[in-house]
Amino acid sequence: MATAPYIVVGGGQAGLQVCDSLRKFGYEGELLLIGEEPVLPYQRPPLSKHYLGGDLDAARLSFRPASHYEKLGIALRLGVRVTAIDRERREVVCSDGSRLAYARLALTTGTRVRPLSCPGAEHPAVRYVRTLADSDGLRAALGDARRLVVVGGGFIGLEVAAVARKQGKDVVVIEALDRLMARAVSPQISNYYATLHRGHGVDLRLATGVTAIEPAVSGVRVLTDRDEACEADVVVVGIGVVANDELAAAAGLACRNGIVVDECARTSDPLLVAAGDCTMHMNGFLGRELRLESVQNAVDQARVAAGTMCDQPEPYVQVPWFWSDQYDVKLQMAGIGMPCEESVLRGDPAAGSFSYFYFRDGRLCGADSVNRPADHMACRRLLAQGTMITPAQVGDEGVDLMQIARG
Amino acid sequence: MPKITFIDVNGNSRECEVPSGISVMEGAIQNGIEGILAICGGSCACSTCHSYIDEAWMDAVGKPDEIEDSTLELAMDRRPNSRLTCQIEVTDALDGLVVHVAQNDGW
Repeated sequence: MATAPYIVVGGGQAGLQVCDSLRKFGYEGELLLIGEEPVLPYQRPPLSKHYLGGDLDAARLSFRPASHYEKLGIALRLGVRVTAIDRERREVVCSDGSRLAYARLALTTGTRVRPLSCPGAEHPAVRYVRTLADSDGLRAALGDARRLVVVGGGFIGLEVAAVARKQGKDVVVIEALDRLMARAVSPQISNYYATLHRGHGVDLRLATGVTAIEPAVSGVRVLTDRDEACEADVVVVGIGVVANDELAAAAGLACRNGIVVDECARTSDPLLVAAGDCTMHMNGFLGRELRLESVQNAVDQARVAAGTMCDQPEPYVQVPWFWSDQYDVKLQMAGIGMPCEESVLRGDPAAGSFSYFYFRDGRLCGADSVNRPADHMACRRLLAQGTMITPAQVGDEGVDLMQIARG
Repeated sequence: MPKITFIDVNGNSRECEVPSGISVMEGAIQNGIEGILAICGGSCACSTCHSYIDEAWMDAVGKPDEIEDSTLELAMDRRPNSRLTCQIEVTDALDGLVVHVAQNDGW
């Protein structure tokens, strides 16, 4: 009997990386990538940045051309959804009715947007940014729009706000918490970005909840718990994502706000691995479980997953990193800075180039850098190597951090 | 259309036509050049498109800016002619460019 293929479920960055890394690890058997969207795996970060702004063609979003998949022997089934995993028979069930046998399975199912739940949220003026189709739709809608309301002051919402301000739209950002990007960065960075957006003309409303969306004569009216009403032609909602773990949960795999995997990306079934945004994973670098939504996590954990599928398991210990582009300001984040006990400024916020370094239990745990790439890279190296460094050292611009990182 | 010669880590050389306006990294990806990974998609965040610019072309290509210079700190075996190919835009002036792909993470 011929050996069944390895199947990867989920056609995002993690899915592609699992496939590429399987070949690097020497897997020579049949390999199938199943993706729900009808296009080759593509980059999502530009969807709320340059692509939305019209600076990039869709063709330039693809990670690899079609020839790459042919060359590596990666069979593609695009526009197909896996609806069930039959672990007993070792088969996946697809939306087109087919059943496909697998020898091993990788789940890279990603996330989906968290929907706004207030009355009126299903109005067609209310949009999200997750897929290429979402971004295309928003780009077209923004073309004729004059007034944009963004619900959610996280990365996606703020990036969209920045693009829309550059296009001259009136932009209101409504955030439920009392600061921006609260889940990811420190209050100091949040405050800097609040000033930045207000300086670019964004009407920023913090600590404000959206209670309803009503049709208006033209567009909609967004009502808030402060009894305000904001008129909008387009509403963009960016209030977080939800892990796509239902497929795994229905198959009896352990799930807890994501598919639970160990340091080697194994699920509770030894034949199944999972990687990327969809996993609640034990991170060896942090020494705890968490879910990460990032390019870094998608790629690094996918490599670990591929190694495990090839019986070459290695623990996942990479330093997390993220970035966000808003206006001409680059925010780079290294490690997991929050919560921290001490934050140390390096550089000058008034000059628009600075970092905050964070310490937990007396050790460096992360840094947020604003137009300050050298600090970001130094922090990544310091964290990766576990180099000891003191708050006094990072606060002293006379100390060359990269020199210390180089050892 | 400008022609760029990519030499991978195994010494395999290939001349590719790359349209002006895209990056050298994108030209490498479109042509399936081994060793150019570009996991951040060209955002100057990861250094996995690191390459060495052939000495004769260093002036024409120019030096890295501050962000690229910092990001190159992540690259293995950085040299004076190191560049991140996602930060080099292809123009007619680069017709004939020779790029040696660096060891990018062993993947």
